[in-house]
Amino acid sequence: MLQEQELKTFVEGTTNYFEVAAQQPASIGSPYLTEGSPAVHDYTGIISISGKREGIVYFTAPRAMLTVLLMKMQENDFSHETMRDLVGEVANTISGNARRDFGRDFIISVPSVLAGEKPEIPLPPGTRSFVIPINWRSHSAKLVVSLK
Amino acid sequence: MAINGSAPNGRAPRSFKLMIVDDSNIMRRRIERSQQFDELELVGTAGNGVDAIELFRRTDPDVVTMDLTMPQMDGIECIAKLVELKPAVRILVISALADKATAVEAMEKGANGFLNKPFTDRQLNEAIAELIRE
Repeated sequence: MLQEQELKTFVEGTTNYFEVAAQQPASIGSPYLTEGSPAVHDYTGIISISGKREGIVYFTAPRAMLTVLLMKMQENDFSHETMRDLVGEVANTISGNARRDFGRDFIISVPSVLAGEKPEIPLPPGTRSFVIPINWRSHSAKLVVSLK
Repeated sequence: MAINGSAPNGRAPRSFKLMIVDDSNIMRRRIERSQQFDELELVGTAGNGVDAIELFRRTDPDVVTMDLTMPQMDGIECIAKLVELKPAVRILVISALADKATAVEAMEKGANGFLNKPFTDRQLNEAIAELIRE
Protein backbone atom coordinates (compact mmCIF):
# COMPACT_ATOMS: atom_id res chain seq x y z
CA MET A 1 0.00 0.00 0.00
CA LEU A 2 1.25 3.45 -0.87
CA GLN A 3 2.14 5.85 1.92
CA GLU A 4 1.16 9.51 1.74
CA GLN A 5 4.73 10.67 1.09
CA GLU A 6 5.11 8.08 -1.67
CA LEU A 7 1.92 9.28 -3.30
CA LYS A 8 3.30 12.81 -3.15
CA THR A 9 6.32 11.62 -5.14
CA PHE A 10 4.05 10.63 -8.03
CA VAL A 11 1.98 13.80 -7.81
CA GLU A 12 5.15 15.89 -7.97
CA GLY A 13 6.52 13.79 -10.82
CA THR A 14 3.33 14.34 -12.80
CA THR A 15 3.33 18.07 -12.10
CA ASN A 16 6.97 18.33 -13.13
CA TYR A 17 6.40 16.40 -16.35
CA PHE A 18 3.76 18.78 -17.63
CA GLU A 19 5.62 21.88 -16.48
CA VAL A 20 8.83 20.89 -18.23
CA ALA A 21 7.84 18.69 -21.19
CA ALA A 22 4.60 20.47 -22.10
CA GLN A 23 5.70 23.89 -20.78
CA GLN A 24 2.26 24.30 -19.31
CA PRO A 25 1.32 23.16 -15.81
CA ALA A 26 -1.39 20.60 -15.28
CA SER A 27 -3.94 20.83 -12.53
CA ILE A 28 -3.72 17.73 -10.37
CA GLY A 29 -6.96 16.64 -8.70
CA SER A 30 -7.22 14.98 -5.31
CA PRO A 31 -5.88 11.43 -5.51
CA TYR A 32 -8.33 8.73 -4.53
CA LEU A 33 -8.20 5.06 -3.73
CA THR A 34 -10.16 2.56 -5.76
CA GLU A 35 -10.74 -1.18 -6.01
CA GLY A 36 -9.96 -2.91 -9.30
CA SER A 37 -8.69 -1.25 -12.46
CA PRO A 38 -9.91 2.25 -13.11
CA ALA A 39 -11.27 2.90 -16.61
CA VAL A 40 -8.71 3.82 -19.21
CA HIS A 41 -8.67 6.35 -22.05
CA ASP A 42 -7.60 5.79 -25.68
CA TYR A 43 -3.92 5.14 -24.92
CA THR A 44 -2.31 3.67 -21.81
CA GLY A 45 1.40 3.34 -21.05
CA ILE A 46 2.15 0.75 -18.38
CA ILE A 47 5.32 0.31 -16.33
CA SER A 48 5.81 -2.84 -14.26
CA ILE A 49 7.55 -2.30 -10.96
CA SER A 50 9.72 -4.89 -9.26
CA GLY A 51 12.41 -4.94 -6.60
CA LYS A 52 11.60 -3.47 -3.23
CA ARG A 53 8.04 -2.71 -4.43
CA GLU A 54 5.85 -4.69 -6.78
CA GLY A 55 3.02 -3.53 -8.97
CA ILE A 56 2.31 -1.24 -11.87
CA VAL A 57 2.20 2.45 -12.70
CA TYR A 58 0.23 3.56 -15.71
CA PHE A 59 -0.59 6.77 -17.51
CA THR A 60 -3.78 6.82 -19.56
CA ALA A 61 -4.93 9.68 -21.78
CA PRO A 62 -7.29 10.48 -24.64
CA ARG A 63 -5.95 10.93 -28.14
CA ALA A 64 -7.01 14.60 -28.21
CA MET A 65 -4.86 15.40 -25.19
CA LEU A 66 -1.87 13.52 -26.57
CA THR A 67 -2.19 15.39 -29.87
CA VAL A 68 -1.96 18.77 -28.12
CA LEU A 69 0.89 17.52 -25.95
CA LEU A 70 2.80 16.49 -29.06
CA MET A 71 2.18 19.90 -30.61
CA LYS A 72 3.56 21.58 -27.50
CA MET A 73 6.63 19.38 -27.86
CA GLN A 74 7.12 20.64 -31.45
CA GLU A 75 6.37 17.16 -32.74
CA ASN A 76 4.66 16.93 -36.12
CA ASP A 77 3.98 13.21 -36.30
CA PHE A 78 0.55 12.40 -34.84
CA SER A 79 0.37 8.78 -35.92
CA HIS A 80 -0.94 5.90 -33.83
CA GLU A 81 2.66 4.78 -33.25
CA THR A 82 3.66 8.20 -31.95
CA MET A 83 0.69 8.25 -29.56
CA ARG A 84 1.79 4.86 -28.23
CA ASP A 85 5.35 6.12 -27.93
CA LEU A 86 4.21 9.20 -25.99
CA VAL A 87 2.09 7.44 -23.35
CA GLY A 88 4.93 4.99 -22.79
CA GLU A 89 7.42 7.81 -22.42
CA VAL A 90 5.22 9.72 -19.96
CA ALA A 91 4.74 6.60 -17.81
CA ASN A 92 8.45 5.84 -18.01
CA THR A 93 9.49 9.37 -17.08
CA ILE A 94 7.18 9.70 -14.07
CA SER A 95 8.09 6.21 -12.81
CA GLY A 96 11.81 6.74 -13.36
CA ASN A 97 11.72 10.09 -11.58
CA ALA A 98 10.14 8.35 -8.57
CA ARG A 99 13.47 6.60 -7.99
CA ARG A 100 14.73 9.90 -6.61
CA ASP A 101 12.71 9.01 -3.49
CA PHE A 102 12.26 5.23 -3.78
CA GLY A 103 15.90 4.50 -4.65
CA ARG A 104 17.44 2.22 -7.26
CA ASP A 105 15.71 -0.92 -5.97
CA PHE A 106 12.50 0.49 -7.36
CA ILE A 107 13.04 -1.28 -10.68
CA ILE A 108 11.01 -0.13 -13.67
CA SER A 109 10.34 -2.08 -16.86
CA VAL A 110 10.33 -0.72 -20.37
CA PRO A 111 6.82 0.53 -21.16
CA SER A 112 4.07 -1.64 -22.58
CA VAL A 113 1.21 0.14 -24.29
CA LEU A 114 -2.48 -0.62 -24.71
CA ALA A 115 -4.55 1.28 -27.22
CA GLY A 116 -7.87 1.20 -28.98
CA GLU A 117 -9.67 -1.27 -26.81
CA LYS A 118 -10.96 -0.74 -23.27
CA PRO A 119 -8.94 -3.35 -21.47
CA GLU A 120 -8.90 -4.38 -17.88
CA ILE A 121 -5.40 -3.66 -16.68
CA PRO A 122 -4.17 -6.67 -14.70
CA LEU A 123 -3.36 -5.55 -11.17
CA PRO A 124 -1.18 -7.50 -8.78
CA PRO A 125 -3.35 -9.47 -6.34
CA GLY A 126 -3.92 -7.82 -3.01
CA THR A 127 -3.30 -4.28 -4.18
CA ARG A 128 -5.55 -1.29 -4.47
CA SER A 129 -4.96 1.55 -6.87
CA PHE A 130 -4.40 5.22 -6.24
CA VAL A 131 -5.75 7.36 -9.05
CA ILE A 132 -4.15 10.75 -9.63
CA PRO A 133 -6.48 12.85 -11.84
CA ILE A 134 -4.68 15.10 -14.32
CA ASN A 135 -6.41 18.05 -15.95
CA TRP A 136 -4.45 19.79 -18.65
CA ARG A 137 -5.95 22.46 -20.86
CA SER A 138 -9.45 21.09 -21.53
CA HIS A 139 -8.41 17.45 -21.26
CA SER A 140 -8.45 14.85 -18.51
CA ALA A 141 -6.04 11.96 -17.99
CA LYS A 142 -4.99 9.75 -15.09
CA LEU A 143 -1.90 8.38 -13.49
CA VAL A 144 -2.69 5.14 -11.66
CA VAL A 145 -0.29 3.75 -9.07
CA SER A 146 -0.86 0.25 -7.75
CA LEU A 147 1.99 -0.98 -5.57
CA LYS A 148 2.48 -3.58 -2.86
CA MET B 1 20.00 29.90 -32.94
CA ALA B 2 23.07 27.80 -33.49
CA ILE B 3 25.84 27.64 -30.95
CA ASN B 4 29.31 27.74 -32.44
CA GLY B 5 32.38 26.27 -30.86
CA SER B 6 34.78 29.08 -30.05
CA ALA B 7 38.12 29.13 -31.77
CA PRO B 8 40.13 31.74 -29.88
CA ASN B 9 43.38 30.48 -31.32
CA GLY B 10 42.18 30.91 -34.90
CA ARG B 11 41.75 27.21 -35.55
CA ALA B 12 38.52 26.00 -37.11
CA PRO B 13 36.06 24.68 -34.52
CA ARG B 14 36.35 20.92 -34.14
CA SER B 15 33.43 18.90 -35.45
CA PHE B 16 31.94 15.92 -33.65
CA LYS B 17 29.94 12.97 -34.89
CA LEU B 18 26.80 12.49 -32.81
CA MET B 19 24.81 9.30 -32.17
CA ILE B 20 21.45 9.38 -30.32
CA VAL B 21 20.29 6.27 -28.43
CA ASP B 22 16.78 6.13 -26.97
CA ASP B 23 13.92 3.63 -27.32
CA SER B 24 11.47 6.48 -27.89
CA ASN B 25 11.21 7.90 -31.41
CA ILE B 26 9.80 11.09 -29.91
CA MET B 27 12.85 11.52 -27.68
CA ARG B 28 15.29 10.79 -30.51
CA ARG B 29 13.65 13.42 -32.71
CA ARG B 30 13.43 15.86 -29.79
CA ILE B 31 17.16 15.61 -29.05
CA GLU B 32 18.03 15.93 -32.74
CA ARG B 33 15.76 18.96 -33.18
CA SER B 34 16.69 20.73 -29.96
CA GLN B 35 20.46 20.49 -30.02
CA GLN B 36 21.87 23.72 -31.39
CA PHE B 37 25.50 22.97 -32.11
CA ASP B 38 26.83 23.56 -35.62
CA GLU B 39 29.79 21.35 -34.90
CA LEU B 40 27.64 18.27 -34.19
CA GLU B 41 26.90 16.06 -37.18
CA LEU B 42 24.25 13.41 -36.54
CA VAL B 43 25.51 10.07 -37.87
CA GLY B 44 22.63 7.91 -36.68
CA THR B 45 20.10 6.95 -34.05
CA ALA B 46 19.36 3.66 -32.30
CA GLY B 47 16.48 2.35 -30.19
CA ASN B 48 18.35 -0.12 -27.99
CA GLY B 49 21.83 -1.03 -26.84
CA VAL B 50 22.39 -3.82 -29.36
CA ASP B 51 21.59 -1.60 -32.35
CA ALA B 52 23.63 1.20 -30.79
CA ILE B 53 26.79 -0.92 -30.70
CA GLU B 54 26.34 -2.01 -34.30
CA LEU B 55 25.78 1.61 -35.38
CA PHE B 56 28.74 2.74 -33.29
CA ARG B 57 31.07 0.29 -35.06
CA ARG B 58 29.91 1.56 -38.46
CA THR B 59 29.89 5.30 -37.80
CA ASP B 60 32.53 5.87 -35.08
CA PRO B 61 30.78 8.73 -33.28
CA ASP B 62 32.57 11.10 -30.90
CA VAL B 63 29.53 12.07 -28.84
CA VAL B 64 26.63 9.84 -27.75
CA THR B 65 23.40 10.62 -25.94
CA MET B 66 22.27 7.49 -24.11
CA ASP B 67 18.95 6.46 -22.59
CA LEU B 68 19.18 3.83 -19.83
CA THR B 69 15.88 1.93 -19.74
CA MET B 70 15.75 0.18 -23.10
CA PRO B 71 14.83 -3.28 -24.43
CA GLN B 72 17.44 -5.91 -25.39
CA MET B 73 20.41 -4.15 -23.83
CA ASP B 74 20.11 -1.34 -21.31
CA GLY B 75 22.12 1.86 -21.38
CA ILE B 76 24.49 1.00 -18.53
CA GLU B 77 25.73 -2.16 -20.29
CA CYS B 78 25.89 -0.29 -23.60
CA ILE B 79 28.01 2.51 -22.12
CA ALA B 80 30.58 0.01 -20.90
CA LYS B 81 30.80 -1.61 -24.35
CA LEU B 82 31.09 1.71 -26.20
CA VAL B 83 33.88 2.85 -23.88
CA GLU B 84 35.69 -0.44 -24.54
CA LEU B 85 35.45 0.21 -28.28
CA LYS B 86 36.48 3.86 -28.04
CA PRO B 87 37.76 5.14 -24.69
CA ALA B 88 37.66 8.77 -25.87
CA VAL B 89 33.93 8.74 -26.69
CA ARG B 90 31.91 11.37 -24.78
CA ILE B 91 28.62 10.03 -23.44
CA LEU B 92 25.71 12.05 -22.08
CA VAL B 93 23.13 9.92 -20.29
CA ILE B 94 19.58 11.23 -20.80
CA SER B 95 17.30 9.21 -18.55
CA ALA B 96 14.22 9.39 -16.37
CA LEU B 97 16.01 7.37 -13.66
CA ALA B 98 16.56 10.02 -11.04
CA ASP B 99 18.33 8.22 -8.20
CA LYS B 100 21.91 9.13 -7.43
CA ALA B 101 23.15 5.53 -7.42
CA THR B 102 22.21 5.08 -11.08
CA ALA B 103 23.97 8.31 -12.07
CA VAL B 104 27.08 7.22 -10.17
CA GLU B 105 27.03 3.78 -11.83
CA ALA B 106 26.70 5.34 -15.28
CA MET B 107 29.64 7.64 -14.61
CA GLU B 108 31.70 4.73 -13.30
CA LYS B 109 31.02 2.81 -16.52
CA GLY B 110 32.32 5.76 -18.52
CA ALA B 111 29.55 8.31 -19.01
CA ASN B 112 30.64 11.94 -18.91
CA GLY B 113 27.36 13.64 -18.03
CA PHE B 114 23.84 12.93 -16.81
CA LEU B 115 20.63 14.76 -17.71
CA ASN B 116 17.28 13.80 -16.23
CA LYS B 117 14.09 13.59 -18.25
CA PRO B 118 12.02 15.65 -18.61
CA PHE B 119 14.37 18.43 -19.72
CA THR B 120 14.18 21.81 -21.38
CA ASP B 121 16.03 22.72 -24.58
CA ARG B 122 18.29 24.93 -22.51
CA GLN B 123 19.19 22.11 -20.12
CA LEU B 124 19.94 19.83 -23.06
CA ASN B 125 22.21 22.35 -24.74
CA GLU B 126 24.03 23.19 -21.53
CA ALA B 127 24.67 19.49 -20.93
CA ILE B 128 25.97 18.98 -24.47
CA ALA B 129 28.13 22.12 -24.23
CA GLU B 130 29.67 20.73 -21.06
CA LEU B 131 30.35 17.46 -22.87
CA ILE B 132 32.14 18.89 -25.90
CA ARG B 133 33.90 21.73 -24.11
CA GLU B 134 36.94 19.61 -23.24
